[in-house]
Amino acid sequence: MTEETPEQRGVDRDWSGIRRSANGRPLEWIAEKMIQGVSFTAIAGVFLIFLFVGKEAFPVILSQTDSRLIQPIIPASQMATTPPEVLQRYLGLSVREFKALDQETLKDLMQAREDGSKDIPEYARSDPDSGVNGSGWSYLLTPHQWSGYDRPQYIWQPVGNIQKFNIIPLFVGSLKTTLIGLFFAVPLALAAALYVSQLAPVRVKEWVKPGIEMLAGIPSVVVGAFALLVLATWLQSLFHYEVRLNAFVAGIALGFAVIPLVFSIAEDALTSVPKSYVQAALAVGASRWQAARDIVLPAAIPGVFAAVVLGFGRAIGETMIVLIVCSAPVMSWNLFDSARSITTTIAAEMGELVPGSPHYRILFMLGTILFAVTFLTNLLGDFVINRLKRRLEGKR
Amino acid sequence: MLTMKNKLLLLAASLATAVQVLGGSITIKGSDTMVVLAQKWAEAYMQKTPGAKVQVTGGGSGIGFAALQNGQTDLATASRPIKAKETENCIKSFGKRPTEYKVALDGITIYVNPVNTVTQLTVDELEGIYTGKIKNWKDVGGPDIPITVYSRENSSGTYEFFKEHVLKGKDFAASAQTQQGTAGVVQAVMKDKGGIGYGGVGYASGVNRLKIAKTKGGTYFEPSEEAVLAESYPLWRYLYIYVNPAVNTGEVSSLLKWIRSDEGQKLVSEASYYPLPASLRAK
Amino acid sequence: MSSSPRSDAPRTLSKSGMDWGSSLGTAVSLAATVFILLILFVILGNVVINGLPQLSWRFVSTIPKKDFFDKDSAAVLPMIIGTSIRVLVMTVFVIPIGVTTAVYLTEYARSNSWYTRVIRAAISNLAGVPSIVFGLFGAGFFVHLIGGGIDDMFGATSPKWGKPALIWASLTLAVMTLPVVIVATEESLRAITPGLREASLALGATKLQTILRIVLPNALPGILTGGILAVSRAAGEVAPILFTGAAYFLADLPRSLNDQFMDLGYHTYILASQAPNIEKARPILYGTVFVLLLLTFSLNAIAIFARARIRRRMRSGH
Repeated sequence: MTEETPEQRGVDRDWSGIRRSANGRPLEWIAEKMIQGVSFTAIAGVFLIFLFVGKEAFPVILSQTDSRLIQPIIPASQMATTPPEVLQRYLGLSVREFKALDQETLKDLMQAREDGSKDIPEYARSDPDSGVNGSGWSYLLTPHQWSGYDRPQYIWQPVGNIQKFNIIPLFVGSLKTTLIGLFFAVPLALAAALYVSQLAPVRVKEWVKPGIEMLAGIPSVVVGAFALLVLATWLQSLFHYEVRLNAFVAGIALGFAVIPLVFSIAEDALTSVPKSYVQAALAVGASRWQAARDIVLPAAIPGVFAAVVLGFGRAIGETMIVLIVCSAPVMSWNLFDSARSITTTIAAEMGELVPGSPHYRILFMLGTILFAVTFLTNLLGDFVINRLKRRLEGKR
Repeated sequence: MLTMKNKLLLLAASLATAVQVLGGSITIKGSDTMVVLAQKWAEAYMQKTPGAKVQVTGGGSGIGFAALQNGQTDLATASRPIKAKETENCIKSFGKRPTEYKVALDGITIYVNPVNTVTQLTVDELEGIYTGKIKNWKDVGGPDIPITVYSRENSSGTYEFFKEHVLKGKDFAASAQTQQGTAGVVQAVMKDKGGIGYGGVGYASGVNRLKIAKTKGGTYFEPSEEAVLAESYPLWRYLYIYVNPAVNTGEVSSLLKWIRSDEGQKLVSEASYYPLPASLRAK
Repeated sequence: MSSSPRSDAPRTLSKSGMDWGSSLGTAVSLAATVFILLILFVILGNVVINGLPQLSWRFVSTIPKKDFFDKDSAAVLPMIIGTSIRVLVMTVFVIPIGVTTAVYLTEYARSNSWYTRVIRAAISNLAGVPSIVFGLFGAGFFVHLIGGGIDDMFGATSPKWGKPALIWASLTLAVMTLPVVIVATEESLRAITPGLREASLALGATKLQTILRIVLPNALPGILTGGILAVSRAAGEVAPILFTGAAYFLADLPRSLNDQFMDLGYHTYILASQAPNIEKARPILYGTVFVLLLLTFSLNAIAIFARARIRRRMRSGH
């Protein structure tokens, strides 16, 4: 019996060198092409996702959205004297749509726009910020001194007459909950991975691993409900903080969801360290723990790093837990304040929006950013793991 | 004996009736606040009118308007009036403004903890509390307890109403605690001696409801049906249904009329909202 | 890594048999393992203790006609059916596409060419994309582009397909779980000894015949495991279906693929966040969570059990 894996023998490259072409067998040829087609479609899906989420966000990225409260108004009575191109742009219609509408409908449309501007209450109209386009990049990222505030602040208040879209509090919220989750989950998961992969008897291993996988199988909405009903009360009586539902509770609950992922990747990396390393250490008198800590762990450290990176990607993309536990977009790094993550914002606010509005597009932009961030963390994690595995298997 | 042709004709006829039945179903979509109410209307109407079929889904007022614009729903329920942009979208898509019907009233109740001795506030004091200018109950005649402000998440219609009508467009204090749903607010106020929260009328169990006056020196009113109907309680809003005028015929129109009739309005109180005053009801 | 572990190792190795550091280290790592399992048991125990008493035949077998926040009228039949159907429809799409892709990747594509590597990277990235992003994608791509396109094609006056619906939620979930199926299938295809393929080819079978008659049937258990894992993951997901098909309340069961549906996970979220009275809704919430866990866990348990059996059989086969 050889120790070679199928890969090493090159089986999946060209089937041990045997090539039996499908030439002259049209059915076979069609089937192969179909297999190819289906798999390429599946892969195109990944790029489609980025395309479709990004497409809706494009106007925000290009600063083409306008969320000003006071917009220039062309009175409906001036319709006849306004050039059609101006009218079409003013009403936000495509050329085809513009041509399809009759004069009466156009007039009604202009009237609606005019009425809408009349409905703005006086206190909002006289607000010095009524001409601010909150969906511009500088307002999205840098603090602004809004009227009624005594200093520039990061504010996400997308509802109301004057919309404030600063996305920094959402990033803070995401990072806050994610980091709490990781600080809780990573040490636990690593210690457990070290135990299960190096120290545990085989019998124990066979019980522990499915157990931790079961934890992964608990839907996040259930973890969220558990955190809301039980965990929040326990943690409050343990730490005596004031507000029952906060970023800390959400973070710990996120940790529950991240533990199985970090565990399984780390355990995999630790197991892939060749047995000979351990045997050598044991032979010179090391205890099992010493071999695990000083030989196996350092050898697998890139895998541990990858586990943390992928855990980060998982935690920052989690929606339902944070949505159920806490949701105020507060600009604060205090762990016991509320927090609203990027994912939560998308899930909670999407339903009330006018499609195509600046707020709608900004949510899609948040989705795009989230996609990009997780894409990069996954790429990094995969890259590190693959390199590690190749090194440990002696292929350089 | 039935010939093949007759059988086919019979099949076609039964298909046609099936299609008709399907076409006869009315969909209501929109505000999550109004799902329970709309569902009550749907059940009672279906019981009253054999053959009628009414389907109710929620999602949010914005979802309802988007669906109305696309023709995905016959009726859109909303806990806020339609926005100019949404009206424009409707005109673009079906050439007309949607028709607005007021279908119920909702009073926004202010909750405090039962140990709090404060029983009444003015709208201005509320604004001060919610924007963070008033930080202790003793400033409004209560005990020396710091105020904890509880608010709803910013996607709710109640939040928007409160922000525009009580805070006059100002932002909530940064220290305001956001809760998912009115129940969360009530729950939090119940456990917090210095807590204050707002929400619908139907929810206030285990907390005290405050009397509210429009201005200092004005009369304070409970959020009761009479006070809301007389417009003397200051914090109330209409609940709406919008419809595309083109489909407002036949069964849809009679459902709308029934909703605003005495019979339909009786169910409004059952869902803990306030029925329309007689002047707004359908005859 | 230049700082090879071998060079620093001896420094810390002790010769004595009794070694407090090692015992402590072992104890701490054991404690961490136990703690993690404790989390699992506390969550499960809490749900079972509070949820089991809520279960009744009425609860799982009726359609809530009235207020589903009320103990007497709350029931979960439409949610069970909605979740099951959406997962079933998803499976119908994801298994054939996923298996075909895996077959292409293991049996046809050259494993070290650049496009195979790009494809592999794309697939593993697909696995890490947050589920809410899939929700946005489903709303933009399936509901508006595909659904709206179908309506345009048939000139529908009111949208029949261009709206959130069962089919779009299922397809969104299918895209989301695709990597799970691909990876599981690839693994089980690779585990098949090359000898089997060679024998088949040597007898004159074509490549496709070999794949269809020899490779796939042998890989079936692994494929099934992947499928079940995908199903159990999809069953509990809420974020992707928020904008693509889940309904807050429906009086009827879904009749066709373009209907909306009620869902166990989404319903759990509604009960946790929208209930008029949290104390009253708590038992209903626990009951619903219990049913949801029962559904996902029985699927998970099957998958884990099946995989353990396959692994054991493979190990003994060597």
